[in-house]
Amino acid sequence: MSDLSPPKGTGPLARLEAHLAWGLLAPTISAVALVVILPLLAIFWISVKPVSLSDLRAPEVVIREDIRGDDEAVGDAASIRYRLRNSSQDQPIRGVTITDTIPEGLTVSEIDPRCTLNGRDLFCDLGDWDGGFRESLMIPVTVEQAYLDNALRPQDSTAQTTGRASSMLTNGTFTFDNFKRVFDGDEFWSVLWVTLFYTVFGTIGALLFGLFAALLLNKSFKGQGILRGLYLFPYVSPVIAVAFAWILLFDPFSGSANALLIQMGVTQEAINFFGQRPLALIMVTLFEIWRYFPLSFLFILARMQSIDTDMYEAADMDGASPFQQFWYLSVPQLLGILSVLFLLRFIWTFNKFDDIFLLTGGNAGTRTLTVNVYEQAFAVSNIGAGAAVAVVIFGCLLAFSFFFFRFISQEEGL
Amino acid sequence: MKYLRFGYVTAPLLGFLWTFVIALTVAITMSFATGSAFRPSGLGALIWGAGLGFACLPGPMWKPIVAAIIVAAAGLFGFGPIVIGQGVSGLSSVLGAGATAGFAALGLWIILDDVDFGAINRHVSEAALIKFFTGFGYIFFTAIVLIPFYVMVLTSLKNQAELIQNPLDFSIDLSKGWDLFRSYDELFRQFDFGIYLFNSFIISVLTVFITLLFAVPGAYAVARLRFRGRAAFSRSILLIYMVPMIVLALPIYIAFSMLGLRNSLGGIIMIYPVTTIPVALYMLQGYFRGLPAEIEEAGLMDGLSRLKVIWKITLPLSLPAMASVSLYVFMIAWNEFLLAFMLLDDPSKFTLTRGIASLNSSEIPRQHLMAGSVIATVPIMALFLGLERFMTKGLTAGSVKG
Repeated sequence: MSDLSPPKGTGPLARLEAHLAWGLLAPTISAVALVVILPLLAIFWISVKPVSLSDLRAPEVVIREDIRGDDEAVGDAASIRYRLRNSSQDQPIRGVTITDTIPEGLTVSEIDPRCTLNGRDLFCDLGDWDGGFRESLMIPVTVEQAYLDNALRPQDSTAQTTGRASSMLTNGTFTFDNFKRVFDGDEFWSVLWVTLFYTVFGTIGALLFGLFAALLLNKSFKGQGILRGLYLFPYVSPVIAVAFAWILLFDPFSGSANALLIQMGVTQEAINFFGQRPLALIMVTLFEIWRYFPLSFLFILARMQSIDTDMYEAADMDGASPFQQFWYLSVPQLLGILSVLFLLRFIWTFNKFDDIFLLTGGNAGTRTLTVNVYEQAFAVSNIGAGAAVAVVIFGCLLAFSFFFFRFISQEEGL
Repeated sequence: MKYLRFGYVTAPLLGFLWTFVIALTVAITMSFATGSAFRPSGLGALIWGAGLGFACLPGPMWKPIVAAIIVAAAGLFGFGPIVIGQGVSGLSSVLGAGATAGFAALGLWIILDDVDFGAINRHVSEAALIKFFTGFGYIFFTAIVLIPFYVMVLTSLKNQAELIQNPLDFSIDLSKGWDLFRSYDELFRQFDFGIYLFNSFIISVLTVFITLLFAVPGAYAVARLRFRGRAAFSRSILLIYMVPMIVLALPIYIAFSMLGLRNSLGGIIMIYPVTTIPVALYMLQGYFRGLPAEIEEAGLMDGLSRLKVIWKITLPLSLPAMASVSLYVFMIAWNEFLLAFMLLDDPSKFTLTRGIASLNSSEIPRQHLMAGSVIATVPIMALFLGLERFMTKGLTAGSVKG
């Protein structure tokens, strides 16, 4: 009789299943690797390189060709002019050469020592160029009948150029200046403080508003569906549309909010809501709360509707007042979803870019870390510094998510 | 709290608060509707509200009605809870004063339903408070949600001169007829918004399809198949879902500049789905887990391969989830701004959001900007209201993405 024991290790069926699973996941993994992992690595690489916006294109030889002097009759002396320059102001190009074809009917009368003429093919070796180098190369020629007969002019044949230049993105220059720039001075701390204020108050505010709205709609009445749909509007509509609507509403010159406040006697003169120092930050935080309370509202409402009503009936029988019921029954039940929402929203608010960028552009003391990435990379044209800020953000994110996974594993749902 | 448990304290207090809320609401509504000067008066609300509070305690019906009429009359003569400015038309004045008094009395009648004049128990006083907060909540949330959209739509129908003259006057001159929609007409004729609308639509639809194509098999594998590293994989999805777009946008910008993919819709279509795949995968796998595995096992026993099982059993069963995921992905792609803003410079290839961003200059009148915003908002709203059931489910199914 053979030995009957449970199979050990992975059987062929399990292996098949694992293969299939990886096969199904492969497209996703490769796409995500290409667009998420690779850029993340690139960010780390760029953050230690002195790259500015203009370095994105490697320096190259710019060439313009034309003919100078008379070329209208046989025997006229003219010259072909090549205007050459290095496209970069500070990066050198090594081993520059140009190759061109002299048109039919032009005889080269004198040749530059750096050039050689082979039949009609011109070849010049111009050596190494420093950044910002420019030169005009003249080739004197005599016009013959053949030139006048055909329509080919010197500029019609494109001159080929070669030259080696190192791109700032790929060469071996490294620097810690970017990080020094980012951490130097008070700016970083003020940016960090703004980010924290925005994140903490934006998250808590959205949660509280969401909780309030969920309490309102946690009963069935006519029009409940309409109100629920209505309260989701801010979240569903494009951020750019609602951000501009807010800007218009709170405009200091022609904004309705100011007109209303003046009419009601709250203020004497128009308030520049998005242009004053503490107020702008409060306004963008309010915008964040306004835009994202629907999300917390939806989650909290879903959780509320799954709470057993028997409990409330029992509490009612025992004489618990409405506030007591809320505090001792609802809140403990909602604590799970509230904390999960808090953590996720915290991370997402921390990552938020569009809202502040559209509302204030990071001015008037509203520059958060994410806006700073854009500011450094595009406004100041220092890609390296922008990448350094991005690395800082990524570091914070890793810390948050570590905390998140520690915490979430004990929590429900998500 | 203890002092609140007497009807003679609760009634005037809630009366004052509620009357003030109503006066403020009516003042804002009337100002926004007519552009005339209405404002609430704290003192008026205090005096008249307290009185209304007493009148609305349970008792004969005529008391609150008479009280409301008196308050409305007081409002008309200029010393009620709402103050009506000079030169406001008679109809608006009557409407304003009447609405304030009427709604204040009606609300208080409901709020103070069980409250007696003397001592009341904790239940009754808290119920009254809760009713007050509920009423306040409905008004508050409806107001904060509607006002920006109201301003957006009505600004798009007016012109710059009218707007600057009286920023509060949103009344529309209906006699202008189709001329009201001039900004829209100009956007479609001169600014190519038709093309942008089309671009946005195509990009969003393609994004939805590509996302589903990637996410469905992935989600199925994570939900159903056993393989090593499944837990780690499903965590890394969540992690990737949290990487901020701006961090990725920088290297993507550089790579696209070098590859010449900027200013091409193809580039955008390549990048959008990748930003939505993790979300979709996460939402779908949650749903797939909830499906009974027995049906699929039955299919397997009957000789279907795994892929056939997905195609013939799992997918038809998860159509509602697919609908909500598609809607959600569509919404993300439609509303996406950052990548479109960074990667598209050529006006013939703009998406709607990028097109609106290009309208934000001092040379282009504001109503164009708002008309553009309306054009971008209306389709997504229509889709959303039509399929709200799916949308709500889709949003709660696993998206906490901003």
